[in-house]
Amino acid sequence: MRVMAQMAMVMNLDKCIGCHTCSVTCKQAWTNRAGVEYVWFNNVETRPGQGYPRTYQDQEKWKGGWVVRRGKLRLRSGGRLKRLAQIFSNPNLPTMQDYYEPWTYDYDMLLSSPLGEHTPVARPKSLISGKNMKIEWSANWDDDLAGGPELAPKDPVLVKIKDQVSDRVKMEFEQAFMFYLPRICEHCLNPACVAACPSGAMYKRSEDGIVLVDQDQCRGWRMCVSGCPYKKVYFNHRTGKAEKCTMCYPRIEVGMPTVCSETCVGRLRYIGLFLYDADKVTAAAATENEHDLLQAQLDLLLDPNDPEVLDAARRDGIPEDWLEAARLSPVYRLAKVYKVALPLHPEYRTMPMVWYIPPLSPIVDALRETGNDAEDAGNLFGALDSLRIPIEYLAELFTAGDVGPVRASLAKLAAMRSYMRDVNLGREPRPEIPAAVGMDEESLYEMYRLLAIAKYADRYVIPKAHAETARDLEELACAVDYADDSVPGSGPFGEASGRPVPVAVETFHALKQRQTTEVIIPVEALRVNLLNWDGLGGRDE
Amino acid sequence: MTALDILLWVVLPYVTIAVFVTGTIWRFRYDKFGWTTRSSQLYERKIIRIASPIFHIGILAVLLGHVMGLLIPEQWTHAAGLSEDAYHLMAVGIGAVAGACTLFGVAMLIYRRRTTGPVFAATTKNDKTMYVFLVAAICLGLLTTIVGSGVIGDGYNYRETVSPWFRSIFLLNPQPELMAESLPSFQVHAVAGMLLFLIWPFTRLVHAFSAPIGYLFRPYVVYRDRGPHGAGSQAPKRGWEKVG
Repeated sequence: MRVMAQMAMVMNLDKCIGCHTCSVTCKQAWTNRAGVEYVWFNNVETRPGQGYPRTYQDQEKWKGGWVVRRGKLRLRSGGRLKRLAQIFSNPNLPTMQDYYEPWTYDYDMLLSSPLGEHTPVARPKSLISGKNMKIEWSANWDDDLAGGPELAPKDPVLVKIKDQVSDRVKMEFEQAFMFYLPRICEHCLNPACVAACPSGAMYKRSEDGIVLVDQDQCRGWRMCVSGCPYKKVYFNHRTGKAEKCTMCYPRIEVGMPTVCSETCVGRLRYIGLFLYDADKVTAAAATENEHDLLQAQLDLLLDPNDPEVLDAARRDGIPEDWLEAARLSPVYRLAKVYKVALPLHPEYRTMPMVWYIPPLSPIVDALRETGNDAEDAGNLFGALDSLRIPIEYLAELFTAGDVGPVRASLAKLAAMRSYMRDVNLGREPRPEIPAAVGMDEESLYEMYRLLAIAKYADRYVIPKAHAETARDLEELACAVDYADDSVPGSGPFGEASGRPVPVAVETFHALKQRQTTEVIIPVEALRVNLLNWDGLGGRDE
Repeated sequence: MTALDILLWVVLPYVTIAVFVTGTIWRFRYDKFGWTTRSSQLYERKIIRIASPIFHIGILAVLLGHVMGLLIPEQWTHAAGLSEDAYHLMAVGIGAVAGACTLFGVAMLIYRRRTTGPVFAATTKNDKTMYVFLVAAICLGLLTTIVGSGVIGDGYNYRETVSPWFRSIFLLNPQPELMAESLPSFQVHAVAGMLLFLIWPFTRLVHAFSAPIGYLFRPYVVYRDRGPHGAGSQAPKRGWEKVG
């Protein structure tokens, strides 16, 4: 047994209102730069929907993740030799159009156009070519089922379950169910992007399992972009290097939650530690039957209260306060103790470490529309069995199509709702409700505290990086000797050469420069990003 | 032998080697972040899917041809029982195909670069300069193949002049007279080649040194700890900078 710690996240989808605050704050913090205009480390997609990039879940097309051939795990895009042979042009790389072409508007036209008969308009301009463009897609174009009957049926998940329930899957608006799926990098235990990187520039941090790209070592082969089945590694087209969600490691290291979690309006994100057995990851990912993958993944997670595990963890150098954090970990409780959180697409075999509590709301809403008491345990349990479409859809997302664990998770949520209603209304609590889902009253109440009350300190249990290694956190303090008069990211060989600007500094100085400058910056010199556009910087036709 | 001969066939080669080696080391030391191909596949994939492999495989074959033609002495292939005519036929045949692939590939890539808006917008002055030198070397190289094979003129056995000169440079016993007496087409190609290697470390061509052979032998998943120098994107600084 080799014990390693993994920083992981759980998102409670029932609470997501699709406000995109996580996406916007993440964008402002991390991808508010030229070259990554089209990149959203955090995005929120409406399901059913095509996702971002479009139809990324269709692995027959994009060849992301792992497959098992003759009991052995290998990348879906091929063996090492085959993939090296494809190095001159990656056959599975999405183009910009599969994400979307980023744009800004010619706002200056509104002010500078001469008096005339017609109202001036701010035309959309491509941030890639600088030309006028027609906006046809974006990171959330099909938000709230926009374009419904035309776009949603192309959802790869719907396509997949269509064969099984074809007569029942109808994208008619009055019957449509929907929910939101916020996505960040999964920081997988068995990351396909890391395995696909020819340069060895991508790595998993052994302290906390965060998957990062070494910008100095990345040579821009783009294999990680196509290797990741979630398409959560992106190519910076200005610097020619891969970039990805960092799980806000500079914040995590000082015990703060990620930007997306901190700013989440619905308070639906949980961050904490898993302890897992690193020696068994490959074997677990190679589990033959896709339906057994969830259990294999759960089996990897070690019990932080087990003295044997603790001894092994101490032997492997995990500090005491991290073990304490693992014991208090909300993600461990949600995933392994209550078993309400499920991983996204375990069939990709990457052992993803961002887990989701499936949404009960589509079922409650459907039940309410039939005129029944939507919070009665009996009705809810019945609905879980009769409303197959949402459940099969959720199963396709979270359990490789196995309805059982999804139903069990939803049943616990339904039980919690029903049981707590009695408590809140001062009626006699009914212990048979938790018993029906295999829980006792106490643990159901604890789960309610964690999910419904969701105190900050309960949601985020993040041990700090250690004081004795504080010197290594140079990133946080490096602004002192950073010359802020230089243009970020430009060196002797043109843009993108020279030393990388420290991540903590880059955005700060770029924004400060933009916000305090007196001059109009020509667009040729600095591309304008819609999100931080401040009226400075125009475009001459 | 004129001063120009000394300049071109003794001074220039050594300057090229010196700049090529030190320039590459210097760039690797101080510009790892800029060490990339800056791929434009994200903007356009149809042409690059075909053109890029043709060009790269072509130029790798060309490289092998140069190694054979320049490094392996004529006596060795004779001793191996390969007649001059057979060698010549093989070299010209393979060389012409490889050269044509390379030229066709690079022509398609440049066409793509010029006509695809975003790709052209992402092309720097440095790139354009590099393309001039690269294409010049490729075209002149094809010309030498044609001249050497006797399609134009009488044919020419460069393994009696150019190759020994090339080896003499590395044996630190330069013999400029060999090169001085070879054909003008070979001389021009040699100069173009040296100029290309001269600018090599300062262009995106450095990506050629990043051929990821290590990928075949390393474990799939890489773990790294924050380590003594691990955190942050800033490399550790030189100790002798700005002391006091």
